[in-house]
Amino acid sequence: MINKTVKNVQEALEGLKDGMTLMLGGFGLCGIPENCISEMVKLEVKNLTCISNNAGVDDFGLGLLLQKKQIKKMISSYVGENDEFERQMLSGELEVELIPQGTLAERCRAAGAGIPAFYTPAGYGTEVAEGKEIREFDSKMYVLEHAFKADFAFVKAWKGDTAGNLIFKGTARNFNPMMAMAGKITVAEVEELVEVGQLDPNQIHTPGIFVQRIFQGKDYEKRIEQRTVRSKS
Amino acid sequence: MALDKIGIAKRIAQELQDGWYVNLGIGIPTLVANYIPKGINVEFQSENGILGMGPFPFEGEEDADLINAGKQTVTLLDGASLFDSSMSFAMIRGQHVQLTVLGAMEVSENGDIANWKIPGYMVKGMGGAMDLVASAENIIVAMMHTNKQGESKLLKRCSLPLTGVQCVKKVVTNLAVLEITADGFKLIERAPGVTIEEIKNATEGKLIIDGEIPEMKFD
Repeated sequence: MINKTVKNVQEALEGLKDGMTLMLGGFGLCGIPENCISEMVKLEVKNLTCISNNAGVDDFGLGLLLQKKQIKKMISSYVGENDEFERQMLSGELEVELIPQGTLAERCRAAGAGIPAFYTPAGYGTEVAEGKEIREFDSKMYVLEHAFKADFAFVKAWKGDTAGNLIFKGTARNFNPMMAMAGKITVAEVEELVEVGQLDPNQIHTPGIFVQRIFQGKDYEKRIEQRTVRSKS
Repeated sequence: MALDKIGIAKRIAQELQDGWYVNLGIGIPTLVANYIPKGINVEFQSENGILGMGPFPFEGEEDADLINAGKQTVTLLDGASLFDSSMSFAMIRGQHVQLTVLGAMEVSENGDIANWKIPGYMVKGMGGAMDLVASAENIIVAMMHTNKQGESKLLKRCSLPLTGVQCVKKVVTNLAVLEITADGFKLIERAPGVTIEEIKNATEGKLIIDGEIPEMKFD
């Protein structure tokens, strides 16, 4: 088996440079690559273009990179819940491209699957479709959207093995599998790294072929954005 | 009496049909899940990757790895499944979800909807709304009939950036149930005690009133 293991987050981020385009998995704060984001803050890499469904909150997730003004451009579908983000966007410091969530997912998947572009109905007739090719199929209108390109993809999984096979938990899967497919270099951080043979091949969500580097993460905070509960009575 | 948010949710719940997969947006739509009529089985889809979403967890049983599209902690029902975002939107675009319920800032008489951006003031993003409204066959909007300034949200033409065009099929507000037809908003039902005059005054777009308009019925 090809061994994808790197010894720590520092080694995992080798080659990361100013001005690169990155994909970061996660939905809200669920399933985000916490260790890689922390290390990027330490490395002080700048002028990053980040493709991620959300932009974190003020003091966690991608919000940490925003605070340090390390992000030049965000490509996301939903960016509420982050005051610093809104401030930088409205003042023009931060470039923002908002795109429909399904289009974001498919542009990642297409990138990893060798499909340069595809038609989707999402955004037809709205400002999202401005300047894009429109085509009619079976009397419905579609917008041409292109696959992303990313220098690095950073994903977070529940379990992984040294061959790079990944298993996700709950809704922490979200964008991680298709971003893993799309990165020129895909870095996977996992809560539990095991030897090959320990994971059931029937249960693998992301096959190791898509992962170039894997390491065991640590000190996961897994912050909850909206803690909603019901009482037992 | 005009309905409150719970009343709107209860009325929309009456639209649910046995065997449907349903996507509920954030806000009033989320409340619909609390009022599923007896004898009706539906499954809720959350676009971040759940089919068969259950209620909020009991205190102490929250799981950071299990949230809905509004980032709230949730649970899974027996028979639930989990999947990635690409598959989730395949379900949506592929029209495997029978009903989408979402909120709106404006709806126009031809079924256009605006709910993601107020230029220069608020930009949160469209999330999955553009994918949902571009594909769903059956879209119900849940919203108040007028905004905080008392201005109609049912317009001839939307003034805000659009989320989708000619897609809304029905609107349920605190005052009325309306269908979008080729000719405009067709009044179907009134909220209990609300007069046709009140609905007329609160509707800027073309309102079609055909015969007697019954009141909504609640159990």
